[in-house]
Amino acid sequence: MPKRTDIKRILLIGSGPIVIGQACEFDYSGTQACKALREEGYEVVLVNSNPATIMTDPSLADRTYIEPLTPEVLTKIIEREKPDAILPTLGGQTALNLAMELHKRGILSAFNVEMIGANAKSIEKAEDRRAFKKAMDKIGLQSAKSSVAYSLEEAKNAALELGYPCVVRPSFTMGGTGGGIAYNQDELESIVGSGLRSSVTSEVLIEESILGWKEYELEVMRDKNDNVVIICSIENFDPMGVHTGDSITVAPAQTLTDREYQTLRDASIAILKEVGVDTGGSNVQFAVNPKDGRVIVIEMNPRVSRSSALASKATGFPIAKFAAKLSVGYTLDELLNDITRKTPACFEPSIDYCVVKIPRFNFEKFPQTNPVLGTAMKSVGEAMSIGRTFKEAFQKALRSLETKRFGFGFDGKDLENVDEATLISKLVTPNPDRVDYIHYAFRHGYSVGQVEDYTKIDPWFLVQMWQLVTEAPKITASPASLRRAKEWGFSDKQLAFLLGKGSELDIRQLRVAAGVLPTYKLVDTCAAEFESVTPYFYSTYEVEDESRITEKSKVMILGGGPNRIGQGIEFDYCCVHASFSIREEGMESIMVNSNPETVSTDYDISDKLYFEPLTFEDVLNIYEREKPLGVIVQFGGQTPLNLSIELEKAGVKVLGTSSASIDIAEDRDKFQHMIAKLGLQQPKNGIVVSLVDALRVANEIGYPVLVRPSYVLGGASMEIVYTDAELTRYMKSGQVEISLAKPLLVDEYLEDAIEVDVDALCDGIEVVIAGVMEHIEEAGIHSGDSACSLPPHSLEEDVITSIKSATRDIALELAVIGLMNIQFAVKDGTIYILEVNPRASRTVPFVSKATGIPWAKLATKVILGKSIQELAIVVPVMTHTAVKEAVFPFNKFPGVDILLGPEMKSTGEVMGLDSNFGMSYLKAQLAAGQQIPTSGRVFLSVKSRDKPKLEAVARPLAEMGFELVATTGTAKYLESVGLTAIPIYKVYEGRPNIVDSIKNGEIQLIINTPSGKNPMKDEVIIRQTALQLNVPVVTTMSGALATVRAIDDYMNRKMEVKALQSYF
Amino acid sequence: MDARLIFEDGTVFFGRAFAGGGERFGEVVFNTAMSGYQEVLTDPSYCGQMVLMTYPMIGSYGINLEDVESRGLFLEALLVREYIDFPSNWRSKMTLKTYLEQNNVMGVEGLDTRAITRYVRENGAQRTLLTTSSESLDVALRRIRSSPSMLGLNLADRVSASGSYQWRMGGHTAQYRVAVIDTGVKYNILRLLAEHGCDCTVFPSTIDASEILAQDFDGVFLPNGPGDPEPVVRSITAIKALLGKVPIFGICLGHQLLWLALGGRTYKLKFGHHGSNHPVKNLDTGHVEITSQNHGFCVDIESLSEADIEITHINLNDQTVEGFRHRHYPAFSVQYHPESAPGPHDSKYLFKSFVDLMKLHREAK
Repeated sequence: MPKRTDIKRILLIGSGPIVIGQACEFDYSGTQACKALREEGYEVVLVNSNPATIMTDPSLADRTYIEPLTPEVLTKIIEREKPDAILPTLGGQTALNLAMELHKRGILSAFNVEMIGANAKSIEKAEDRRAFKKAMDKIGLQSAKSSVAYSLEEAKNAALELGYPCVVRPSFTMGGTGGGIAYNQDELESIVGSGLRSSVTSEVLIEESILGWKEYELEVMRDKNDNVVIICSIENFDPMGVHTGDSITVAPAQTLTDREYQTLRDASIAILKEVGVDTGGSNVQFAVNPKDGRVIVIEMNPRVSRSSALASKATGFPIAKFAAKLSVGYTLDELLNDITRKTPACFEPSIDYCVVKIPRFNFEKFPQTNPVLGTAMKSVGEAMSIGRTFKEAFQKALRSLETKRFGFGFDGKDLENVDEATLISKLVTPNPDRVDYIHYAFRHGYSVGQVEDYTKIDPWFLVQMWQLVTEAPKITASPASLRRAKEWGFSDKQLAFLLGKGSELDIRQLRVAAGVLPTYKLVDTCAAEFESVTPYFYSTYEVEDESRITEKSKVMILGGGPNRIGQGIEFDYCCVHASFSIREEGMESIMVNSNPETVSTDYDISDKLYFEPLTFEDVLNIYEREKPLGVIVQFGGQTPLNLSIELEKAGVKVLGTSSASIDIAEDRDKFQHMIAKLGLQQPKNGIVVSLVDALRVANEIGYPVLVRPSYVLGGASMEIVYTDAELTRYMKSGQVEISLAKPLLVDEYLEDAIEVDVDALCDGIEVVIAGVMEHIEEAGIHSGDSACSLPPHSLEEDVITSIKSATRDIALELAVIGLMNIQFAVKDGTIYILEVNPRASRTVPFVSKATGIPWAKLATKVILGKSIQELAIVVPVMTHTAVKEAVFPFNKFPGVDILLGPEMKSTGEVMGLDSNFGMSYLKAQLAAGQQIPTSGRVFLSVKSRDKPKLEAVARPLAEMGFELVATTGTAKYLESVGLTAIPIYKVYEGRPNIVDSIKNGEIQLIINTPSGKNPMKDEVIIRQTALQLNVPVVTTMSGALATVRAIDDYMNRKMEVKALQSYF
Repeated sequence: MDARLIFEDGTVFFGRAFAGGGERFGEVVFNTAMSGYQEVLTDPSYCGQMVLMTYPMIGSYGINLEDVESRGLFLEALLVREYIDFPSNWRSKMTLKTYLEQNNVMGVEGLDTRAITRYVRENGAQRTLLTTSSESLDVALRRIRSSPSMLGLNLADRVSASGSYQWRMGGHTAQYRVAVIDTGVKYNILRLLAEHGCDCTVFPSTIDASEILAQDFDGVFLPNGPGDPEPVVRSITAIKALLGKVPIFGICLGHQLLWLALGGRTYKLKFGHHGSNHPVKNLDTGHVEITSQNHGFCVDIESLSEADIEITHINLNDQTVEGFRHRHYPAFSVQYHPESAPGPHDSKYLFKSFVDLMKLHREAK
């Protein structure tokens, strides 16, 4: 049956900002869906609040709305665009929940919009824990014993019946938010509390514990003719109890016989049929008892997921693309396999390699949280790798993680002197570093059986790891031994360490001389049974090399590796544009990346895709094979930039800004020299290697000062200190390692300065300013965590002019070829240069969306030799305002304080777009999930220094009809300026106090600026309570002012929606 | 022990023997199923062949007592990228290496199995020698070229049961009596027939039709088996005599034998179909089944008339015939393996179709 002709216009919902549990995999799926639907002649109306996505590029959809993902906004878009259908299965849980809400509110039926991909009934059946369990009973499949609870009382009773430990799973959430394992009633109470809050239906499931069972996932597709195919099976390395997003996972399943695998296959098919998913992809999770093979169905997601992105990259089968095509009426046998272009898509991929995915964590950013893994997802990204054997893929994945490790240990960074108690606890309790402890245990004579007892990890995996540990010391420099080592995935760095012989480069020479060279094999969906067209490669050490070296001019792009805080989807966006641009210029684009969630690792983005770790060794191997014109390192963030000097030394041609210029920007002395030469200013600063030194320099500069280790990403371990005591504590805390080689930087902290971000493009002769962004939060808050406005909402014209001219001077002085980013601070009319990044910055996609100009694409053309003059770039005068707001993962890390500082903590961003600042800021806040009140009570509590600015915030709030609530000090101040405030107790003053009030829902907005680095316990409790109850908290005065403007606009203007295509 | 895989045209691949040693002749077939090596090993259809598993790690779940498809191992050798000697599965009773050694099958690892697969895909199946000896390539090639080719070789008779036997399973009441002409039957076919209420008598492939007809069976089943169907003349003769008299269901070699008995022709595919992921379209329902396949020969669609034959299934990868039914006789067959083992269970319904056919035939009598 061909595609449907009764629908013409389809509304596609994206997944919004990157948060834990929902990352760029939904940009990948959404982008595929846009392309697939338009290819079929449908008009696509797209909504997503995340500007860093490829899918929100105006060329990808017919109508692109960067607007908040709320039912109200969606209703307006539906009113305006009148789509025939809504496709909610490609935008994660966000899109699914939103579509369900529109359905429940009757919006879809009122506007005659059909839900395609999955209908409301199926979604309900799959997502409602009770309905799902009933469905499983009906088809004779076992699910874990459980009962649904709507209150703590019900939960307690259920737990008593099931026994402890038990698992708490909230309904309609993603990434296991709000869930967990309760070992006792105390824990149950706290988990159920947060679970009931995170579930949109205030429903949790209390479930029998099947901790330690084997966990499997199957990715399934079904069409309306009931054709069903399994795309991929995935086996979890970590047994049940660790969220699958936080587990190391392996494809295909390793330890199931065919009989057992077919049982899971049959069950998956039965589940899809029963739930009623009949036009798309789903994912089904199973637990299998390792002792007797008993199978329990855990859950199914009636939509594409993180796992389906992984499965697509692991097999070459584009699940999202086909899900989109099935949703408009195609059947699987009508679609052609993209990779072979000969055989139909209605088949099950067979793979002839092993795929390992390892999650990337950022616990170090949230030191108040215990780094323990459970059923709620904590990882911020992942790396995938492909090898012919598990050992090879596992080691490649470990060195892809960007944790400065180069495989499974033996890289000079192995754990030493771990006491037995610690070791056992680290093996028993799942944690991000468990693999290191397993390595340690094997090195110290623990047996596979012992480690299995502690970890419950399947011995199959443990034996593989044990073999790596026990065989490694036997590796010699003989050609045969080197080959064997490479087949097992050892990196040159590990071999250098193991052989005790010089550097990675020495090993490389030894290896090349011995003829031990990597070969590249194809990911082809069919295990070489058919000839394949698509050039998607991975490296391995084998006999035959399948790489297809062409005579064309080619350019290699180094991607950003796994997502982590500070390095996310923004860089993938830039890499994808670079690839488009290279192809537009008639050259061959070669993408190298290790992140399975991304658009850049979609095999049809570039002419060639190498799914490889971004290490010196792996990149150089590809370079030597492909012999491109050069490598572009400025789009993938810090990862490729860090490789550039080493690569250049090895003879690699780095395109764009020279590494000498990069060095000037990153070397403190050279940088200072340049700033002075250009007659510009930077904050006073010093460089120290000891505490005594630090105290001296800090006092010379004058407190407060900003301290941080040199060469860091995302402001890691950066702090603002106000006193000698604080500086001493910082230096002694152990979070920073100070040595001659790793000095500490001490900067004057420009208190209350306005921070400004500038992105610019330079060809060495001419400079174009892409955007000047004024931060909402003051300087000192990491730029990635600060909201910002483009154009600036408060800066004077002459300040902007001098910022632009400084940008030009610096760009030309550094002879930048391509993009650069400068961070300025403006204080009392003076501009200071904080930082210069001679590469594409995090804000490039935001600026591109706000200005309607594809900056990364243009930058690539400049890098390839075009001049700015030739490109004839015209930057339009903006008649609208774009506001970027950061989105934080605080709700995933119980116990952390939500204060912002110089260390980046946000995982994603949203954009608000409207005609003026207030409305744009409001949209950005709504998009970020803040509840902006229009009435009720505002609690005000600000530090003394902020009191003079309080009136500007409090007066308009009072005038808009809000009641002001304040603790004694602040209340007194308000009275002094003629405002009345209801006084309230601080926590320690008595009860009822402010926390009681927040808990009782009496406070709608909190404005609370912290009183220092070690804020009062009171403030922390207030902010945490607010976070739990989803009461908006503003922690900066500038943020408060912006919020007031937003509320004003919210109350006095009607919110309108407008497609990007109507702006430009 | 180093091992060499030497093809007729002089191409050589290197590996290491992990089970057994010495030398084996045969043709290399690749199987793309990612699980099910035990079923593959015990499938008599691989008689005379060296089976290469395209999935690189083999041995991971060991060998158990249940997933056995025949009385022994008939293949010559198992070729893998990496042999896993530490199985992990609750049903595992021994390692793959032990099993191969007990059954005198050579196991070789360390091969670039993907390169070999691509080689076979491009160059077709050919006579091949697997050896751990160090004899010169010239000598080896001379010996390979004088070894028998699969074409024209009657392997079905070699793997067939020597005498007849009954297959009964507890828990199922038998309603139909079925004669199975054993050209290399897989046990899972017998298990599924029993599950569907059939009491099976398994006869050697050399059985005469008269003997079957004399016992008044409800149906005759023609199973899978190895090699070229054309030389399996005694079975073909028997089938000819059974046509129209009793319902017939054929699978794989049985399908080819039925085709030949009807007067059709078969031909050798370049490298055959071996795997668990082949899409087959059921032309009656329009539904696509993911099927298990294992055959090197194929029926020639042009060789029988549409007036007699109705094609019921086609392979979506290469459009070859996957199933047909006779328009006048109660007979149908499929080229693929509805009994799976290994493979998906999508086509199990064919066993019910057979039972339905027998029921219809019985009622019409």
